Amino acid sequence: MFPAPIEKSSRTAQITYQSMLPLALLLWLAPLLAVALFSVRPDTDFTIGNYWGIPSSWEMISNYSQVFNSSMPKYILNSFFITIPTVIGAVSLSAMAGFALGIYKFRFNLLIFFLFIAGNFVPFQILMVPVRDLTLDMGLYNTKTGLVLFHIAFQTGFCTLFMRNFIKALPFELIEAARVEGVAEWRIFWFVVLPLMKPALAALAVLIFTFIWNDYFWAVVLTQGEAAQPVTAGITSFNAQFRAMYHLMSAGSLIAALPPVAMFFLMQKHFIAGLTLGAVK
Amino acid sequence: MTTWYKKNQIAITPWLFLIPAMAMFVLYVVYPIAQSFNISLYKWDGLGEAEYVGMANYEKLLTRDRAFNISVWNNLKWLVFYLAAIPGGLFIALFLNQTVRGIRLYKSLFFFPFVISQIVVGLVFTWFYDPTFGLFNGIIGVFGIEPVNVLGDPELATYGIIAAGLWPQTAYCMILYLTGLNAVDPEQVEAARLDGAKGLKMLWYVILPQLRPATFIAFVVTIIGALRSFDLISIMTNGGPFGSTRVLSFYMFEKSLSEYGFRMGYGAAIAVILFLIMLVFISYFLWRMYQDEKGER
Repeated sequence: MFPAPIEKSSRTAQITYQSMLPLALLLWLAPLLAVALFSVRPDTDFTIGNYWGIPSSWEMISNYSQVFNSSMPKYILNSFFITIPTVIGAVSLSAMAGFALGIYKFRFNLLIFFLFIAGNFVPFQILMVPVRDLTLDMGLYNTKTGLVLFHIAFQTGFCTLFMRNFIKALPFELIEAARVEGVAEWRIFWFVVLPLMKPALAALAVLIFTFIWNDYFWAVVLTQGEAAQPVTAGITSFNAQFRAMYHLMSAGSLIAALPPVAMFFLMQKHFIAGLTLGAVK
Repeated sequence: MTTWYKKNQIAITPWLFLIPAMAMFVLYVVYPIAQSFNISLYKWDGLGEAEYVGMANYEKLLTRDRAFNISVWNNLKWLVFYLAAIPGGLFIALFLNQTVRGIRLYKSLFFFPFVISQIVVGLVFTWFYDPTFGLFNGIIGVFGIEPVNVLGDPELATYGIIAAGLWPQTAYCMILYLTGLNAVDPEQVEAARLDGAKGLKMLWYVILPQLRPATFIAFVVTIIGALRSFDLISIMTNGGPFGSTRVLSFYMFEKSLSEYGFRMGYGAAIAVILFLIMLVFISYFLWRMYQDEKGER
């Protein structure tokens, strides 16, 4: 193990390390903690300049309920209606594509695979004008469906890379054995490969959830207004509505950030497995 | 029909499984790239008739557009300084790669900034830099430095935003390195220790070579992140002050969907240039991955 385990060093080194940990964490998360502190202050604290002292009163409930009485809940609901279908769509499409690319040998296999990888690196901006146009033409501009369709298509690149590598690492004998038994190919996918892919499916689902929840660019390109916009875009209009009302803005931001954070803490193992794909050989 | 399918199943099935994903991908990713190249040759407001202007958009961009120059320079700054996330992430990973009690929670909490949306990160840092109440000025005040309005200063604003971006990006690199460190071969480390290697020497000659896959991925995601930077700029300065924090992706958005009329052709030309810059990196990444694929066969 590197660096050398701290248990093997002197008592003072151990104590120093143990006390440095919380200190470092406090520094690292200071900007966020500041916002959390803002979110429980009364607005008078901001007018009298009490930014960093103890809040003159604890207004957690009133601040957060004010946020819930704004358009915030609508935006958050939109985010869910955009994120969940995208996760299902992208994961299913890429599970199939990954199966095709990971199991079968055919011409263009590697070419198609690399096409998916390459698309994944592309700067979104090159897609912006045509995709916006396409969405308009389909009559899906400013709808959640329009946003979902694009997200599915774009995320399929990354997901296929992930799925294909995962499937390729499965023992091929399983498929051969099934074929010898005369099992149809689609049944091999459904009954042999899919059950083995559960960890990959879980990892991708949490990752895509976070990516899509946090998307801002496409939200402002393809939607406007309360009807379809997710919370990342909503928070900017919230920003305009509550300009300089820092306590409400802070509370709003924290609420907007909560679902992916909860997802991360609940599914940590899968999340990190997905994110660090390829970091170890 | 069914017997024919049964005979050729192995040849046909992969295509059946590929069609949905490929159809979506071609419609929304591959074809639009080609379209963007085409649109960039036109003058078009997005509604009326597009007028063919050949290379005029590019000519204007490259010779007469000061804002474009600023954006390219800022993109370069992003590329260079954003890479600090890699050593930064490695440093934190080394700091946290212990087995003391509660370390797992520490690791998760250090990773935290990556999970929140860049919009929230942007807001958080806007307040962090705020000249009247920001924590930043409080901190530098301790060292006797006069308050600075980071985001209001054209010279400093871009660096301020990059620093905000480094916060989640460093967390990402950290998690990559933590996973990498986990897989470092303990026998090699012990052998090197017996040979008297330690500290920086050990890190450089024994550990880092084993972390190469993690470093490669950290490099890929950081470069892509740097060239895609948009959210933070949009929320923290909206390109200002005086357009000093624009980058290509932001400038492109601004031109295409500007409130003074859409200039889709011009925007597409900016996007094409951004794409070409990215292509240099994409080719390198793909080449590296292709080498790996060949190696596995």
